[in-house]
Amino acid sequence: MQKGHMSDRRKFILTMARSVGLAGIGALIWSSVLEESVHASLLLRPPGALNEEEFLKTCIKCGLCVSACPYDTLKLAAPGDKKPMGTPFFDAREIPCYMCEDIPCVPVCPSGALSQESVSSNGELDINLAKMGVAVVDPYACIAFWGIQCDACYRACPLLDEAIVLEYERNERTGKHAFLKPVVVPDVCTGCGMCEHACITEKASITILPREVVMGRAGDHYVKGWDKQDQKRVKNARATITKTEISKKSALDSLNDETGLFE
Amino acid sequence: MRYLISRRIVQVSIIVLYILAHLYGLKILEGNLSSSILFGAIPLSDPFAVLQMFVAGSIITMDIFIGALIITIFYGLLGGRMFCSWVCPVNIVTDAANYLRRKLGITAIQKRVYMSRNIRYWVLGLSLFLSFFMGLTAFELVSPISILHRGLIFGMGFGFSVVLIIFFFDLLVHENGWCGYVCPLGAFYSLVGKYSLIRVKHNVDKCTECMECKVVCPEKEVLFMVGKSSQIVNMGACTNCARCIEVCADDALNFSIRNFSKKNKE
Ligand code: SF4
Ligand code: SF4
Ligand code: SF4
Ligand code: SF4
Ligand code: SF4
Repeated sequence: MQKGHMSDRRKFILTMARSVGLAGIGALIWSSVLEESVHASLLLRPPGALNEEEFLKTCIKCGLCVSACPYDTLKLAAPGDKKPMGTPFFDAREIPCYMCEDIPCVPVCPSGALSQESVSSNGELDINLAKMGVAVVDPYACIAFWGIQCDACYRACPLLDEAIVLEYERNERTGKHAFLKPVVVPDVCTGCGMCEHACITEKASITILPREVVMGRAGDHYVKGWDKQDQKRVKNARATITKTEISKKSALDSLNDETGLFE
Repeated sequence: MRYLISRRIVQVSIIVLYILAHLYGLKILEGNLSSSILFGAIPLSDPFAVLQMFVAGSIITMDIFIGALIITIFYGLLGGRMFCSWVCPVNIVTDAANYLRRKLGITAIQKRVYMSRNIRYWVLGLSLFLSFFMGLTAFELVSPISILHRGLIFGMGFGFSVVLIIFFFDLLVHENGWCGYVCPLGAFYSLVGKYSLIRVKHNVDKCTECMECKVVCPEKEVLFMVGKSSQIVNMGACTNCARCIEVCADDALNFSIRNFSKKNKE
């Protein structure tokens, strides 16, 4: 083969290799942009939304839910919102979800990203089943925890006295007043954000966060021994007993055994 | 001018109908170009977006499937790559950039930056590849087309910067750079519309070989037959924009309906 001359076969292979290499660079840049954009920030989805991972691949970004919302609660993320582009979200402090009884935003969704089943019981829409997020109180900024009477969030909550309850506690400082502390019941709270919207502090002291972020899980090891229902979980449980060198002795002897302790 | 004006009217009316639906609940065309409802009943969905959803592992609902099917059949059977020149709002931006480019003579002073027409098919492939491996709709999450049409209907944010990037890319870097070389949606419709019925047809007997058509055509390669033989423009990349028809002073180019039975004789 002469210098400056290449066989067609070689040219083809080189061109292909170059294209694949360039595509690889493109893929890396593109995927990191995507990675950044979808893990950008905490955000609240419309009622009935699938979990975030499913939602991202299912929502076609048509905005029909946004148009259906009579309160202009929902927005489609545009560049600059720092949210996955084109997906619907809401900012509760600005405009909360007013929990429409007929939930107009959900049935219009063509893609199933907003699931009608998740907000229906016995085939009827029930907005109280929505789980858009969960309210979290900052007890240091909330003035009710200082002893000043407020209850703005408590009264704003559409599930009054269910999703937020007031806990009464004697105010030892004054000796004659009570604290009326708002406490969220996470199982009931829909995450509508009316409380966050109503909160009177400069920056809201009650905030809606995605449930996955806030909610913990105790795991199987802890059982409420005083709860008949929870007790059932251990009824058929079988203990696994492990035998080691130490377990040959009685527990007390093993604890009192000083061998090796002062060497 | 006739076709140019019709194209602009169609492009703008579609966006206006969407805006009226969003603001005043007018039930003619609701949603946006990703997915819409026509006359409050007929679903329409972007088949390329649906394909990404599908490979990402989403369950495709009946509404979305039928919507994508209607669009695919429409362009596949009838319109070809018509989406690009008659619907897509980015086309207005890139047309403006390329018009300015011709008027300012930028192509004449610029060294040609080499780009392959095939880049767009690689981008198309990458969209599906990344959608599959990341479980996301990879192009939809960054698509400047969606940023623009969504922005016009639902609020732009900083979306204009993306539109400006495309405008200046086409103006300063490469003629028809975005639509002719990069955009995977255009590539998708080139493939879908390859065998469509509506086609530009060249009549070599009338052609005086001025080659004006090749100057205005955004996909020059598709006009390879000009001055050589009478036949239809049968490459998928033709957007049916009719610029060539309008510029031809000798009536050597016109719209026609592809005739499958006669195809062999030609
Ligand atoms: S339930 Fe009502 S207020 Fe809440 S997002 Fe849906 S339409 Fe808007
Ligand atoms: S209606 Fe459904 S698919 Fe459309 S933007 Fe809302 S959630 Fe996404
Ligand atoms: S978000 Fe606030 S207002 Fe809404 S249900 Fe939960 S506690 Fe009540
Ligand atoms: S190539 Fe892409 S951006 Fe250009 S008109 Fe077609 S779809 Fe729109
Ligand atoms: S061949 Fe004619 S109709 Fe097709 S893209 Fe070129 S100018 Fe437009």
